This record gives sequence, C-alpha cells and structure tokens, in this order.
Amino acid sequence: MRYLPLTDADRSAMLRTIGAGSIDDLFVDVPEAARLSAPIAGLPNHASEIMVERQLKELAGRNLAAGEGPFFLGCGAYRHHVPASVDHLIQRGEFLTAYTPYQPEIAQGTLQVLFEFQTQVARLLGCDVANASMYDGSTACWEAIVMARRITKRAKALISAGVHPHYVSVCTTMAKFTGDVLETKLPDLTVGAPGDDLARLIAAVDKETSCVVVQNPNILGHVADMSELAARCHEMGALLIAVVTEPVALGAIRSPGEMGADIVVGEGQALGVGLQFGGPYVGLFATRDKYVRQMPGRLCGETVDAEGKRGFVLTLSTREQHIRREKATSNICTNSGLCALAFSIHMTLLGERGLRDLAALNHAKAVVAAERLAKVPGVELLNGPFFNEFTLRLSKEARPVVRALADDGILGGVSLGRLYPGAEALQNGLVVAVTETVTDEDIDELADALEEALR
Amino acid sequence: MSINQSGWRPEMASGEADAGVATFTGNKGLMLEEALIFEIGDTDRTGVDLPEPPRVASRLGGLERDATFGLPGLAEPEAVRHYTRLSRQNYAIDLGLFPLGSCTMKHNPRLNEKMARLPGFADIHPLQPIDSVQGALALIHLVGEWLVKLTGMAAVSMSPKAGAHGELCGLLAIRSALEARGDARKVILVPESAHGTNPATAAFCGYAVENIPATPAGRVDLAALKARLGPDVAAVMITNPNTCGLFEPDMKAISDAVHAAGALVYCDGANFNAIVGRVRPGDLGVDAMHINLHKTFSTPHGGGGPGSGPVVFSELLAPYAPLPFVEQQDGHYVLVEEETAGEHHAASFGRMVAFHGQMGMFVRAAAYMLSHGADGLKQVSEDAVLNANYILRSLEDVLDAPFAASGPCMHEALFSDDNLPEGFSTLDIAKGLIDEGFHPMTVYFPLVIHGAMLVEPTETESKAALDQFIGALRSVAERAKAGDPSLKAAPHLAPRRRLDETLAARKPVLVWKDAATAVAAE
Repeated sequence: MRYLPLTDADRSAMLRTIGAGSIDDLFVDVPEAARLSAPIAGLPNHASEIMVERQLKELAGRNLAAGEGPFFLGCGAYRHHVPASVDHLIQRGEFLTAYTPYQPEIAQGTLQVLFEFQTQVARLLGCDVANASMYDGSTACWEAIVMARRITKRAKALISAGVHPHYVSVCTTMAKFTGDVLETKLPDLTVGAPGDDLARLIAAVDKETSCVVVQNPNILGHVADMSELAARCHEMGALLIAVVTEPVALGAIRSPGEMGADIVVGEGQALGVGLQFGGPYVGLFATRDKYVRQMPGRLCGETVDAEGKRGFVLTLSTREQHIRREKATSNICTNSGLCALAFSIHMTLLGERGLRDLAALNHAKAVVAAERLAKVPGVELLNGPFFNEFTLRLSKEARPVVRALADDGILGGVSLGRLYPGAEALQNGLVVAVTETVTDEDIDELADALEEALR
Repeated sequence: MSINQSGWRPEMASGEADAGVATFTGNKGLMLEEALIFEIGDTDRTGVDLPEPPRVASRLGGLERDATFGLPGLAEPEAVRHYTRLSRQNYAIDLGLFPLGSCTMKHNPRLNEKMARLPGFADIHPLQPIDSVQGALALIHLVGEWLVKLTGMAAVSMSPKAGAHGELCGLLAIRSALEARGDARKVILVPESAHGTNPATAAFCGYAVENIPATPAGRVDLAALKARLGPDVAAVMITNPNTCGLFEPDMKAISDAVHAAGALVYCDGANFNAIVGRVRPGDLGVDAMHINLHKTFSTPHGGGGPGSGPVVFSELLAPYAPLPFVEQQDGHYVLVEEETAGEHHAASFGRMVAFHGQMGMFVRAAAYMLSHGADGLKQVSEDAVLNANYILRSLEDVLDAPFAASGPCMHEALFSDDNLPEGFSTLDIAKGLIDEGFHPMTVYFPLVIHGAMLVEPTETESKAALDQFIGALRSVAERAKAGDPSLKAAPHLAPRRRLDETLAARKPVLVWKDAATAVAAE
C-alpha cells in the first residue's frame, strides 16, 4: 500500500513500545458490537495506480469536455483561458499541502498571498476591504444578507429578479430557518427588463428594508447602473449588496463599489479556477472599512515580527467561530485558499492592463456573436447593454434545442428552462456566454446549428 | 558526536546555526525575502498576450470603467519567481511531519491531482445537459456510495462545501425533520470540547446552545447529558472520536438516550479518519454526520481550503437532505434538482449551494478510495491510531498527558502544559518546534485542557519520521524544563520571528496602500 510507510516490523516494534499486544488493544474503547473484524463488504480492495487511473479515465471519458467543441455556457461559471503557470504554481507542495496559516512564522507564503488577494479583490470590486475568500458566490451572497441584518437590525431583504436563481435558492433555503424575509421575483423576457427591475426596487425600498441584492451583469447578461438604487437604499438606511458572477466584467464596466454598493460579493471562479462541474470555486467578499468587524470569514493583516520586519497574520479572529463559538459572525472555518491563490496568480499575470484587454476581447467577441445570432430566423436578442453574456428569445422552447445541440457536440448556452423549471414565460430563453476561448468558427457553427434547430 | 540524519549535530547551539550575518538584500542564503506585488509590479505590465479584439461598437451602455483601479501586473518570469519565493516561506506536509491535531495533515497523493485535471472532470460546466456529463454524475454517485457503505448510513448529501457547511446541512435536516412532526425544539447540546464550528453552526440556524460537561476521563458525561435531555432539546452534537483524541465508549448509550428523549444525534465526523474501515457510525445510532474529505480522504488543504463536507444521513433524516443529488435510474444518472424534487424528494429542505458541490474534491477522494480499497482504509485507521499511541507513550514521561492513564488514544495524542516550569507555556514549545523544522501541533485546543497540545501524526508518517519528531519535541520540552531563555524568543530560524498579533488586531491593515495614501489616511 503505497501511501503507508510502516512495515510490519515497524508495527510490531511500535506495539512493543506502547505496551500493547495487538492493534485491537488500541481500539478497546470501541464497544465489541461495533467493532468490524474484516474489511467492509461490498467495496473493492486496494488497487494500483495504473488501475485507478484506468477506471477514472473511463468515467472522465463519458463527459463532453468544453474543449471538445464550440462552448457558450455561463450563468455563474465561465470558461476562460488560464495561463499555464497558474496551475504549475498552485501545485507547488508548499502551497498545495499547507494548512490554514495558524503558525504565521512558517506560513508567510500563504499569508502574503492572502494579503495580496484581499487587496486585489477590494480594488477590483471597488471596495475598501475584502476578506480571504468564502466557499463560493452563492454562500457569500447569503452571508452578506446576514451581515446586513446585523448592521441594520432589520430582517427584510429585497432580491432583484436578475440574481442567479441558485443564489436566490440558497438564500431562500437559509431564510426559512433564520426568519429573514426575502422578497424575490422571477426575471422576464422583455427588452429593457433590468431597468424596470431597478425602478421596481427603488420604489420598494422602505424603512424596514435591511438590504437590496442586485447582480451586475445579471443572470440574463444585462448591465445596469446601480447608483440611483444605492442612493435610495442609503436614504432609507438600507444597504446595497451587489453580486458579481463574472469578475472579468470589471475590467470593462464600473465596479459595484463605484456605483455605491456597501457589500460586494462574487464568484471568483472565472479567474484561475476553471469550470470543474461547479466546484470548488472561490467566493469574493468585500465591503466598506466601517463594516469590517461585521464581516464573516478569515482576514489577513499586516504586522511586524519581534525584529521589526514586516509580516502577516490572520487577524480580527474575535469575529470567528474558534474564538466566539455561538456568538461568531459566521460558522465558516475553511475558506477556499487554493482557489484564492489561483485567482490571485491569474490576476497578477493579467495586471490591470491585461484584465482590461481581456475584458475588451470578451466584450467584442460577444458583440460579434450577439449580432450574428440575432440574424438567425426565430432568434431575438433581448439585451440593451451587456458584457460577455446575453439572452436570446427563441421561437421555441430552448431546453430541447440545447440538448439537441449537445448531441452534435455543441454546448450552445444555458436554457432558462434549466434554471427556472416550471416558469412558463421563461422557457424560450437561452443565455449565451462568449469568452476569449470562443472562435469565429464556433460562432458560425452555433448560428448554423440554431438555424437548423429552429427551422 | 556524529551528525544525525538531519545533518545537525546536537552540540550545535541554536545561535551557531543562525550566523547572524547582515546581508544587503535581507536574504539569508536560500531564505529569500519577497516584496508585495504592489511594490514590484505596475498596472501597465502584463504576463499574458491576447489577440486584438474585433472592432465593434461598444454595447456597455456608457458604463465603461475609466478610472484606474490599481491592479499591478507582472511578466510571467517575475510572477513565477514571486510565487515560488513565497511558497518557500511555507511549511507543508511535503516538507515534513505536520502534527496538527484535529486537522489531519496526511500525505496528498499526486495521482489525485492528476485525475482531477482530466479534461473530462476539470473542463465541464455545471449546467451542461445531463446526457453530456454522465461520467461526472457517475463519479459523484460512486463517492457517495463509498461514504454510505463506510459509515453504515442510509443516504448521503454531496453538496456541502466544507466541514462547517456540512454541519449546517446536518442541523438543517434535523430541524426540518423535527418541524415536520410539529416538534419545534430550541436547544442544541454541545460538549465543552467541541470544535468552535459546532456552537457557531447551531447558532447560525437559530438554535440556543448549551454545553455538556465532560468526565475526568475526557468523555461526555452520560449522566449529566441524560439529566439535561428534555422536550426542548433538538439534538446533541458529538465528535467521535472526540477532540481529546478519545473514542466515546458510551456512544450507543448516548444515542439511545437522545432518541428516547425525542432528539437526534449529530456526529461531527472530523475525526472519522481514526475509525474508517473499523467502525461504522451508523452502528452507533448517529442520525447525521459530515465527513471532511481532506481529513479522511486525502484531498489537499491548500493553505486553507477548499474543503468538502459530504453529510451522511440515517433513514429518518434522508428525506430532508438538500438538493441537488445524484440518482441512478436504469443505468442512467440523473441530477435531482428543484424541478424533479416534487416527485422524488418533496421534503428536502432545499438548496444550500449553487451547482452540485466540490467536484474537484470528489475526484481526488475517489482516487484515494480506489487506491486504498476497503482493506487499505482499515489499515489507514490502524496505522493512524498506532502512530498516535506511539507518540503518546514515547513522550508521556516528559509532557503531562492528561488522559494517558485511562487507556489508549485514537488518532491523536493530547498533552497539557502541566509539567512545564513557571514562565514557559505551550506557545513556547510550539515555537521551539519550528526551529527544529517541524510544524507545531495544535495548541490551546481543546479548550477543556489547560495549555493543550494535540498531536496528530497521521498514518502517512514512517517510524523514522516519528522518532525524529519525538526526539525534537522531547528536546524542546527538556529545554523548557532547564529554563532555557532562548526558547521564550523562538523561533529563531524561521522566515519570521514571533509576530505581533495584538498590533495586527488593534490597527488592522487588511489591504495594501501605497505610502502616500497610507499617510493621508492617518
């Protein structure tokens, strides 16, 4: 067994040192009835590396990987090109096999990365301060609502129709147990809908409102200015929570912080992390300086060592579960360290110039694709402003169309039927994301296949 | 005296190893200082080349981000060097024994990494049509099946993102089950020695938390627990083996008493690695238990995540498990989500994450499970327990081991600061170990033991590695007993000396500001 260094001779010698006759003597506290004498039935015994590799490759081979054909899926998970050095660096054992930096003298590598990550995230999202990451965007979104409740002492959250339905679903699940009141609404497939939704929210904010949650770009790809809504929230003593599921967008459009958001949460997967069928991803969480002590999650801070050298430590842990136990701001313990590292390396490789260029490339390709697809008979483009993702209204139900395209090796987008099952008015919606990985030929193939499918 | 296997002669004083030579760079040979990206990069530099975008009219609706936001870039060689240098300031299991009790730092097989990077797993989108991801669903199903069989439970939820998230999942299922029978209970009982996540999770889902005392032997006080049980108690959260590294011999009796009082048993499965393959929690009356895949099934800790915390459920709780989950139907795998839940799973408490959980971690865990197999996993827990007992018995003469007299430990050996002389603390022992080239053990946890030192070697250490660690810890403890003042200032040989955590908390600097901005803000 290749992962176990002890030999039988070692085991015997060690048992002698311990003064135990057999390994069973070390399990004496386990009641006789619960002790298993043989390996658990129904599971195979150990296998060589080559056998395991063969079995898992067979499973992997049953999936249609994104690189195998035209790919246009988004809706909270984006396929970007990740520079080769990112994956190389995160596999350095000193990063990969380290623990949470509880002993800062021998964890400065991880800690400095977290400090740089926090700064990058804060600047990208347009906020004062960010934490060292959350599990993912959806759980970060719920934590933001809880934080707003703590700050405002109000329990009503208004959630925009444009927030990712899985995020809304996570929040609705949690609110059932916490007593928070969430007001939600389904999106609709009319042109100009995001403007209407913001106007609706502006009218709805009142003195009982804890926060308003808005996603930008939203689930249908619409991009909007949240400034007026932010001002209205502040007038009413409520907080504006902005959700970002595609951080590359912020290389092109104004950040939520600049538009007045008080808490910005996001999904950082698009940078460095890869699709991975939905996880692990990395939650981004940023806010204003004045709310730092109400924040969930780990925070890394600068300090000095006994010789006066700059160093970094985990700090403000009196907010956290291991100190505060039932009074903690959250139960979160582990965050998403290695994914935060990948995000941070990718961001460093890009730099502001690279991010702006990447965003410009995404936008331009998306515009080309949107204009090409809108010419297909039976396809209507819904969006006014958008970044790299837009929604098409098809002349027939989108879900079977998407399945048919996949059977031909084209992953043509996310049908709103998948995201909003049972919502009649949304069934013809198809959300299409276009990143730098998409080629002109891919766009032509999708357009031709859609034309065929809608005929 | 001869040089020992690490190349260090015992007669060398620690001061000699650090020659104290001042250098121009601040570097010490291979120990390299590294500035922040904000100090070495700039916003106009980049490490990526992108093609020219096609010329189109912007459709950003006048929302262009014009102002600079100050994200520095580095060219690829600079970036590779930056992160490589930083990595070398970290301790890691790849470098040596990492005895953090309760955290379980075991070797991370590289086959796991290779498998997780197969395009068929790494490059698939969570919202692809189900027919195009049959292999992925089969893999999730496979890992789930292993977990169900290894724990002897009825069902599993794969979606929780980490251990604490799994606790949340378990408690929400418990609350849903109780409410479904019209029984709104308000209190969760948690042993004093529990992980901080237990009470935090209970509070996060709206419960009041009360402590259960421990016996002098470090176990749950069954009599006190029974006395407290009543119609207001929703559940008891038990860690087994517990955070003192001891198996709860009364576990079945605890479960029976809890069930008799109409409450449910949550087991914190953080220490499942000590019993995997030898004991099934399902046989002990557990209703829900999370499993940290990084602890028992070798997925990497990554400097603080990502984790993965699948939860196994008893028959009673299975209907309340969250969405989504994978089911096999006539050789075809389906993802049961909101839309199909109505038919299959109407009582589910709902969705707790976007998408379907930590797929990348499932692949790694699958590679590990298949590699070890049922026989290997049994050997895993045996070796983990053997290694911990070897450490316990090799050091109990020099360090106080509060529960050593009560019998063997499980996967971790617990010591206290009782034997340390006045003026020396657990922290000094920990920092002394750093100079010896080891990551310290878990310190000051569990809270029930004064100056606790919780040592968990794991099964992936050789006897030679254990002997060297034992020698190092013995040496540090003896230095404390001899009143060696240099220990109070340890570490001397790490990239940093002791860091001022009070300053960090009093004047938090959480993001980098250039000198001009920082002064203006003062």
